[in-house]
Amino acid sequence: MTKFSLATRLAAVSVVVLLGACTTKKAAQDTTPPTNTTTDSSTVQSSNIVPGSAEDLRVNVGDTVHFDYDRYEILDADKAILQRQAAWLAKYPSVRVTIEGHCDERGTREYNLALGARRANAVKEYLVSLGTSSARVDTISYGKERPMCTDSSEDCYAQNRRGVTTVASGANS
Amino acid sequence: MKKLVLGLIVVAAFGVSSALAALRVDVTQGNIQPLPIAIPDFNAANPADTSAGANIASVVRADLQRSGLFRSLDPKSFVEQLKGVNATPTFANWRVINAQALVSGQATTQPDGRLRVDFRLWDVFEGSQMLGQQFTATPDNWRRIAHLISDAIYQRITGEKGYFDTRIVFISESGPATKRNKRLTVMDEDGANPKFLSNGYLVLTPRFNPTAQMIAYMSYISGKPRVYLFDMESGRQEMLGQFTNMTFSPRFSPDGNRVVMTLEQGGNSDIYVMDLRSRSMTRLTSDPSIDTSPSFSPDGSQIVFESDRGGSQQVYVMGADGSNPHRISFGPGKNGTPVWSPRGDLIAFTKQSAGTFRIGVMKPDGSGEHMPHLGAQRTRPDVLTHAARRTRLANLVDRYHRTQRTARPDTRRRVRPGVVSLDPVEGRTLEFPGNFAKNGSFRP
Repeated sequence: MTKFSLATRLAAVSVVVLLGACTTKKAAQDTTPPTNTTTDSSTVQSSNIVPGSAEDLRVNVGDTVHFDYDRYEILDADKAILQRQAAWLAKYPSVRVTIEGHCDERGTREYNLALGARRANAVKEYLVSLGTSSARVDTISYGKERPMCTDSSEDCYAQNRRGVTTVASGANS
Repeated sequence: MKKLVLGLIVVAAFGVSSALAALRVDVTQGNIQPLPIAIPDFNAANPADTSAGANIASVVRADLQRSGLFRSLDPKSFVEQLKGVNATPTFANWRVINAQALVSGQATTQPDGRLRVDFRLWDVFEGSQMLGQQFTATPDNWRRIAHLISDAIYQRITGEKGYFDTRIVFISESGPATKRNKRLTVMDEDGANPKFLSNGYLVLTPRFNPTAQMIAYMSYISGKPRVYLFDMESGRQEMLGQFTNMTFSPRFSPDGNRVVMTLEQGGNSDIYVMDLRSRSMTRLTSDPSIDTSPSFSPDGSQIVFESDRGGSQQVYVMGADGSNPHRISFGPGKNGTPVWSPRGDLIAFTKQSAGTFRIGVMKPDGSGEHMPHLGAQRTRPDVLTHAARRTRLANLVDRYHRTQRTARPDTRRRVRPGVVSLDPVEGRTLEFPGNFAKNGSFRP
């Protein structure tokens, strides 16, 4: 059986992304004086992010909300993030998004798939209630299959109980 | 892909088999003392067959030992060298090492290249033959011959059908914890012959069709989580139904004609059943709660499932047409992932309470709930399925948790998680060698 090298595939993807960023010419970048020459994404300054891009959503708007254990209600503290997301979506009407619902590792696999779906749907409904067209918002559940961290700690569980809004299509790049 | 179909097996029974053997193991009683059985390496008429004879006997010894009902005696302790399958043993030589049963066998490659294996099962105290059979197959199927011999011995002595000639489908995992590569994998019941059936995309919760070489599972290969059928003989995978939403938790009906599954719409998860012949879908639950993890009763007339319609996850039973859903779990904590035993007498489930996961069993009316002794509480029984032949569970352990250990000193203890088989009546657990594993099911 062929063993796939996941590292090779990931590296290939990363290289493509980097090249894309470098070859895109934007007037905004040309007028900004370079403050550093590194391409390490962790030091990218917000002025280098293209408005209306997936990175814009992730970095400037906020793409993640969290949930209480075994619950799927939108927390008050997260409503501001979703309001910003709705406003951003209104500003960039060609963007379609997919909301991912995730769970912590507790609970059975199939129940968590269903709970992740509830969470994704709760985010969608909130965005729709703020005026986003439901046709632009899709949902998917990953249950507990895509954790951000794997410690058996309350802090890690809390990080994993999340809804992530990701760009499906139509964003600037 | 290597065909799992055995090809031509010829089985012939011969010899005198006493109808009322004194030698018997009653599997319905708890705390069985394993029956000491002596299985020397099978004889070989030709030197070329010596390794086949040794390998087959080794697999039979391991199969019976692993069942927990037999103790395969160490061949180094044997006093007598058997002279071939047609010779009567000198039983005193076997009584002296405390064997109660003895197996003699012989492996012979035929002129047409096929391997023929003869064996006899002897009652050592009575000094009589209990069983005599012959199997013939292509040489590369020698493991299946060994498993069929184990099945025959098991059935003759316990009265129950053996399960050694079965396969397990599961998800094997590799890679770092936050970027797992999960692959659909099939292996023999004893952990041999693992084969990957998928690679590179997320697959979950596979189940065998009880009547055909087919697996139902959930895959993200199309982007969204959906139920697929995998035909093991053709290697083709087919999405079940054309749904825009998520489908998951597929299970076959006992007759193999229906697949019950969960369909999610607008955040609500309900149970549906699809007839594989007509491909029509019927909705069985319509509650706004999460209804999932369905499992058919062995007669196909009822479905046990998990629902949080009462406020927390509990076990419910309904008719196979969705009628009369009623709760059967009332113990503390959350109860889910129920499976119905193939004999219909028990439902096994996972119980989550006070931060621990345990396996529980109860009768289909909800009474008699108890936890078989499992040992370490850090295990997480993730998804449960039953072996087709016996009231035996595959307790599939989540990758973050240790395997179980039992109080029995002769059970191997593993640190790495894997597929664990649990006998819920006696609380005996048996582990399969293998990788990190989850979500398996037995194939009859």
